[in-house]
Amino acid sequence: MSDTTSQKLLDIQNLSILLPDGADRRYAVEDISIDLSPGETLCIVGESGSGKSLTARAVMGLLPGPKVRVGDGAINFLGEDTTKVTPERLRDIRGNEISMIFQEPMTALNPVMRIGDQIDEIFRFHVSMPAKERAARALQLLTDVNLPDPAGIMRAYPHELSGGQRQRAMIAMALALEPKILIADEPTTALDVTTQAQILKLIKELQQQHHTGVLFITHDFGVVADIADRVAVMQYGKLVEMGTVHEVLNAPQHPYTKGLIAAIPKLKPRAAREQSKESVLSAHGVRKTFGSTGGFSLFGKKDRVVHAVNDVSIEVHRGETLGIVGESGSGKSTMARCLIRLMDIDDGEIYVGDQEISKLDRKHMRPHRRRLQMVFQDPFASLNPRIRVGQIIAQGPILQGVDKEEANKRAKELISIVGLEESAFDRFPHEFSGGQRQRIGIARALALEPDILIADEPVSALDVSIQAQILELLDKIRKQMNLSMVFITHDLRVAAQVCDRVAVMQYGKVVEIGPTAELFGDPQHDYTKALLAAIPGKDWQTEDVA
Amino acid sequence: MNRSTKILRYVLRRLMQGIPIIIAIIVLNFFLLNMAEGDAVDVLAGEAGSATPEYMAELRAKFGLDQPLPVQLMVYLKNVALLDLGYSFRHDMPVAQLILDRFWPTLLLMTCTILTAVGFGILLGLLAAINLNTWKDTAISIFALITYATPLFWVGLMMIVVFSINLGWFPTSGMENIAAFYEGWDRVWDIAHHLVLPTITLSLFYLALYTRMMRASMLEQYGQDYVVTAKAKGLTERRITFVHVLRNALLPVVTMAGVQVGALIGGSVIVESVFAWPGLGMLAFESLFARDLNLLLGIFMISSVLVVVVNLIVDVIYSFLDPRIEVA
Repeated sequence: MSDTTSQKLLDIQNLSILLPDGADRRYAVEDISIDLSPGETLCIVGESGSGKSLTARAVMGLLPGPKVRVGDGAINFLGEDTTKVTPERLRDIRGNEISMIFQEPMTALNPVMRIGDQIDEIFRFHVSMPAKERAARALQLLTDVNLPDPAGIMRAYPHELSGGQRQRAMIAMALALEPKILIADEPTTALDVTTQAQILKLIKELQQQHHTGVLFITHDFGVVADIADRVAVMQYGKLVEMGTVHEVLNAPQHPYTKGLIAAIPKLKPRAAREQSKESVLSAHGVRKTFGSTGGFSLFGKKDRVVHAVNDVSIEVHRGETLGIVGESGSGKSTMARCLIRLMDIDDGEIYVGDQEISKLDRKHMRPHRRRLQMVFQDPFASLNPRIRVGQIIAQGPILQGVDKEEANKRAKELISIVGLEESAFDRFPHEFSGGQRQRIGIARALALEPDILIADEPVSALDVSIQAQILELLDKIRKQMNLSMVFITHDLRVAAQVCDRVAVMQYGKVVEIGPTAELFGDPQHDYTKALLAAIPGKDWQTEDVA
Repeated sequence: MNRSTKILRYVLRRLMQGIPIIIAIIVLNFFLLNMAEGDAVDVLAGEAGSATPEYMAELRAKFGLDQPLPVQLMVYLKNVALLDLGYSFRHDMPVAQLILDRFWPTLLLMTCTILTAVGFGILLGLLAAINLNTWKDTAISIFALITYATPLFWVGLMMIVVFSINLGWFPTSGMENIAAFYEGWDRVWDIAHHLVLPTITLSLFYLALYTRMMRASMLEQYGQDYVVTAKAKGLTERRITFVHVLRNALLPVVTMAGVQVGALIGGSVIVESVFAWPGLGMLAFESLFARDLNLLLGIFMISSVLVVVVNLIVDVIYSFLDPRIEVA
C-alpha cells in the first residue's frame, strides 16, 4: 500500500479554512483530509454552504482572501504544499499542472475577449511557443472537445456560443497543457440535462486519454452515480463520509448521507390517481412570439422572430397536477406566464373554468386573477425585500376587497400551514433561508384561495433536502385545498414524483403529453426518449429500486 | 453583410432618426425663447435711447417679428431646411457665418476637455483601484471629492489668479495673441498655451466623476467570475488587470462620457465667459442678453446636432469595445 501513497496526485491533510470574524461559523472547512490518484474521479458532494467549493479553490490558492484563508493543514500536490509555495510557483501550477472549470461558463469567460485568445493565454504564460503553433494547438483542442467549426469558435466571443459550447471551450482551455488534476466546480449545473450528459461524457473520455485526476464538486447525486470513483460527502464544512461510489450511494453510513439520498426524488412515476373530468384551466392553440421591433425600419432588415410558444393546447382538470417539462428555451416558462396573463398571447384562447381570459382588459381580468396564482423560481428575487412577510401574504386579499383584519388573520393561518412560525408575520424576507422564502411565496399564492397554482421551477434553486420538503408541502396543500397545479420543471425526477400528467415541450411546441407513468415507461417522441436517457444517475436509481 | 456595411447602414439610420429629434428641439426652443419678455427690437431701441414707437414697429415689420408665432416658426423651419439660419441684426452678420467662426474654438476646447477628463479619469481611477486602501487610493479619492465639489467659475477665477497673475505662466484670457500675428506652428503653440487653463478648469469636474466611476467599475470587475478563471489559468496580476479587467471596466465610463457631452456645452458657457474664450458658449451668453433669438436658435440647433452626432460616435465606439453590443 505504500506504493499507492507515493502515487497520489493530491493529498489534503487536516485542512481548515477560516472564515472572516463575525461569520456564522469560524471555519468554512474544518479538518478535512482527502486524496486523489491519477485517473481517478473524486466527487465532493454537499449542499450549499457545505464548504465544498472552498475546498476545491484552496487547492489552487484561489480562496477569496484576505479574509477567507487556510488556517491549518496541508495540501500536498506531488510532494509540494500548495498552501506554502511562493506566488510564482503557484502561478506556474495553475493552468499548467492543476486547472479548473466552473459552474457558469458565461461569466467564467471574459465577455470581451475571443475564445481563441483566451485559450492562447494559457500557452503564452506557461510555455514558450511560436504564435502559429499556439494557434494550431488551440484549434486542435477545440476539435478535441467536439466543437463544431473550431476555426469559427476561435474567433467567436463567449456570448455567441451556447451554454454547452461555452463549457466545452472552458474544458478545452483547462486541458490545454494536459494538467495532472482537473478541478470541476459544478460544471454541469447550469446546463440542460441532455447537454449535461454530453459534457460528463466528454470529461470522462478526456480523463481516460490523459489519465487526469478529477476533483468533481457537485450537489447532484445523479451526477455522482454517473462519474465518480470515490465520493466525499461534506456538511457544514466537515467531511461526514468518504468511500467508493458503490459504498456511499448504496450503503450510506452517516445519517446525513442517508437523509440526502432519501431526499432525491425517485425516478419512479407516481401511481395514477382517480381523475376528475372537470376542466379548470385550458389553453387552445396558444401562440406567443418575441421579436425585436425596429421602430423606424427605413433601412431595417427583417426582424428576428422567436416562436416561444407555438400552437400549444393543454387542459388541467380539478385536483390534477400537470407537469410541463423541457430544456431551457423550450417555451415552458413563457407558457406559464401566458396562462396567468403576465404576458398577452398573440393567438389562441385560454379558459379558466368556462371564462375566456386572454382578451379581458385589466379591469375585467382582476376578479379572475385570484383564481390563478403563481409560485416563482427564485425565492430571493420574488419577494419584495422592504415589505414584511405578513403584508406580502395579506396584500393580495386586501386588494381583492377582503377586510384587513380578516386578511391578516388568514395570513397568520397560512404561515403556520406552510410550516413557518407565527413570528414570521412581522419579519422581513431577508431573515429567512431559501426554503423558508419559498414557503412564504407559496403562502402568498394561497392567500387568494386560487383554483389553480402555477409553479415555475419552484424547487430548482433549492438544496435537495429542502426541495423534498417543499414538494411534500405542495402536494399536501394540493390535496387539502383540492387545487389544480401546473408544475413547470426541467428536472424529470421532480416531474415523475409530483405530476399526474406530463407535457414535454421543445422549441415552443408540446411534442408529447400523457399520464406520467405511461410517458416515462413508454416514451413515443424521440426528444422525450433523449431527455429520459440523459437523466443523470438513471442506472443507479434502477439498481436502487430493484 | 459584412461589418463595415452594417455600421454604415446603422449610422445612416441613426442620422435619419436624428432629424425629427432636432426638429423637435428647434420647435421647443423657439417657443421657450419667445416666452421670455422682450425682443431684439426692445434691446436695440433701449440702447439707442431715442426710438419712437413708430420706428420700433417698423423695425419689427422688417425683422418679421410682427407676424404671429406659428408663422414665424414655419418661416424659420423652412429657412433651416434650406440651410439658412437667418441673420443676426445685432452682429450684422449671417448667423451661419457667426456660428461657424465660433464653432471651432468651442469644438477645440470640448475635444481637449473630453480627452483630458476621460484620459486622466481612467488613469486615476485605475491607479486608485490597483492601490486599493493605500495612501494613493485615499489621495486620489480626496482629490476627486474636492474637485467634484468645487464650482467651475471659482476654479476658473482661482486658476487665473494663481497661474496667470501671480505666476505669469499662462495668459489670462482669449484664444490667441492677436497682436503678435503668429503664423504656422507659432500660432498652434500660442493657441495651445491659451488652451491650458480653460481645459483644466472645464475638465476638473468631469475628471473627478470619471475617476470615481472608473475606480468603482474596476473594483466591480475584479469581483467577476472571469477574474477567478484568469487566476486559475496562472496569469500574472498585471495581465489580469490590464488585459482582462481594464477593458471591461472601461465600458460604463465610455457610456457616461458620451451622455455628458451635452452637459459639457453648458459648462463651456461659464468657462468661456471666465476666460473670454471666443466660442459658442460666450456667443450664446451675449446673444441671450441682446435677445438675438435667431442667433440663439442657431446655436441651440448646432449644439443639438453636436449631441446627436457625438452620441452616435460613442455608440459606434461602444460596439467595438463590447462585442456583445451589435449595431443593428
